[in-house]
Amino acid sequence: METIIQIHQLSKRFPVGNGEFTALNEVNLTFDKGEFTGLVGPSGSGKTTLLNIIGSLDAPSSGEVTVLGQSIAHLTHAQSAQLRNRHLGFIFQTYNLFPVYTVFENVEFALLLQHLPAAERRKAVMEALEWVGLTDKAQSRPAQLSGGESQRVAIARAMVKKPAIVLADEPTANLDSKNSHHILQTMLRLNQELQTTFLFATHDEKVMSYLRRIISLEDGRVVKDERIAAHSFIKSNS
Amino acid sequence: MIAIQLALKNILGAGWRSLLNIAVLSLAFVIILWHNGTIDGWNQQARKDTQEWEIGGGQLWHSAYDPLDPLSIQDAHAPLSADMTRLAGQGQLAPILAVQASAFPQGRMQGVLLKGIDPEQKVLKIPTEILQKNPDGALIGKRMAQALKLKTGDALLVRWRDSQGAFDALELNIAGIFDCNVPSIDAGQIWLPIERLQTMMNLPGEATLMVAASGFRPAETSPWVFQSEDVLLADLNTIIQSKKGSGAVLYGLLMIIALLAIFDTQVLSIFRRQREIGTYIALGMTRRQVIGIFTVEGSVYSILAIVLGALYGGPFLWYLAKYGWAMPTGGQDMGISISDRIYPVYGTGLVLGTIILVVIAATVVSFLPARKIARLNPTDAIKGKIQ
Ligand SMILES: Nc1ncnc2c1ncn2[C@@H]1O[C@H](COP(=O)(O)OP(=O)(O)OP(=O)(O)O)[C@@H](O)[C@H]1O
Ligand SMILES: [Mg+2]
Repeated sequence: METIIQIHQLSKRFPVGNGEFTALNEVNLTFDKGEFTGLVGPSGSGKTTLLNIIGSLDAPSSGEVTVLGQSIAHLTHAQSAQLRNRHLGFIFQTYNLFPVYTVFENVEFALLLQHLPAAERRKAVMEALEWVGLTDKAQSRPAQLSGGESQRVAIARAMVKKPAIVLADEPTANLDSKNSHHILQTMLRLNQELQTTFLFATHDEKVMSYLRRIISLEDGRVVKDERIAAHSFIKSNS
Repeated sequence: MIAIQLALKNILGAGWRSLLNIAVLSLAFVIILWHNGTIDGWNQQARKDTQEWEIGGGQLWHSAYDPLDPLSIQDAHAPLSADMTRLAGQGQLAPILAVQASAFPQGRMQGVLLKGIDPEQKVLKIPTEILQKNPDGALIGKRMAQALKLKTGDALLVRWRDSQGAFDALELNIAGIFDCNVPSIDAGQIWLPIERLQTMMNLPGEATLMVAASGFRPAETSPWVFQSEDVLLADLNTIIQSKKGSGAVLYGLLMIIALLAIFDTQVLSIFRRQREIGTYIALGMTRRQVIGIFTVEGSVYSILAIVLGALYGGPFLWYLAKYGWAMPTGGQDMGISISDRIYPVYGTGLVLGTIILVVIAATVVSFLPARKIARLNPTDAIKGKIQ
């Protein structure tokens, strides 16, 4: 398997008052292409912080993080923006759709940044909306969507550029059980069809039941890293 | 390009708030054009009138002549040289003799200035041909006629001292009343054939000043001093500048209100749209690009304001330029030309300059709050954390 994320002795400290708070403490991990992996652990254990650093939204305090062969600590603003734009997809707990854009425009956004011609953008956006089953909502505004639909738009927005890695921070936290399963199955299908690596931060038991690797964090340390054989129920569900 | 599209969407998405900002800014835009256009139109008209009726292409003054000092007029006269007489005959110079006198309309006494001018002159627009037909008559302007309650055919008693200091008096016949916007050739002025006034004063062949025909630059020979158009129009320029300045206060205030509204909208929206900003960054924009989006929003505001202003202001401004509008009276006392109707003139420079001013100002007030984004932590912004 091809390694696409390499984390070596990563620590992240935040200044708090006069001192520092260690949110990640000497973390060592590698992720391969096509993983469907979750970071789990109690609140405050450092899951979001780790995802943010992998996503080059935050910088390591020490240690080395290499994403797709690029060292996160040494990227310029423009380089890390480029990395996110081309190769990383983000899905947030709060969906973070642009309220004034239509569903179509929300999904199209990343492609606009890539300066793709309109016809190609249109094709890719409609394909992504098909993946998540929302082609009929293309002209809706986020305010008109349910939570589940909003999160599916967010998935389409993350996936439309066919990124190597999708980072999803508590993607199901605001969804009911039915919608959560729907979303997870969608992501699992994309993971299998496009070989996209999915990395979750989650508390959610429902999410865990889909994961093929579970990394447990506690107080900024990796305390457990277990791999799970492929679930048989996925095929019957999807 | 993306930035403009996004800005447009964000502005349209914000609905009423945007419309209000755009409306106020467009109002400032239209009022700037209207006010400056009016003053420019007035300026052009006043210059044209003043040149045609009063100063021609410049004037040769007797060195003792000072129009602001009535006492100077008594001694400010000299004979024309042969050259000047020839030029006057050719219509290049119009000699004028000015004399202090007293008029007695309806038994009251009033100081006036008698002005002798060649009835055949074509240098100024004053209708002196009336004096050709009425060599014993006098011409006055409509303001003077109003002030002295005179009409054509009335008689007016005037008294003056001739060059030897002897008092003399005469009843003048008002042969014509002319209508012009230049107060300095109207208020307090009585126009006579110059030869008659020279006889009355016992100053044959003498003049106080000479008006040059447009485009003719006479030679200066002592005691004559040339006053160029620019010098003679200096007062007008001063008044125009001060009018522009006082108007700038009005629309400056409007501009400030509009710009504050945009500034306020931007500060608020950068605060409220933190999560959106964080998401832009997560989706691969640099912070500089995000600042660009917010800055361009200001420019797009201004462009929409200009479009809106053109929609309602265009017909309004065009109508005024075509049919003119009556300026509030009171300007008559300023001693410069004001016609009854002003026709605003909107020059390319004025229109372009105003557009550039509005666009730059709106862009700058949008950029100022957007700079904050450069210090924004994207991970906090994504969570919508308040800072
Ligand atoms: N910008 C920051 N400044 C100071 N401390 C921070 C900052 N960001 C995170 N922390 C701290 O780092 C620790 C880890 O935070 P993180 O958000 O990664 O936790 P988490 O595992 O995602 O928790 P949750 O499950 O509640 O989302 C927490 O104790 C948090 O208070
Ligand atoms: Mg978290």
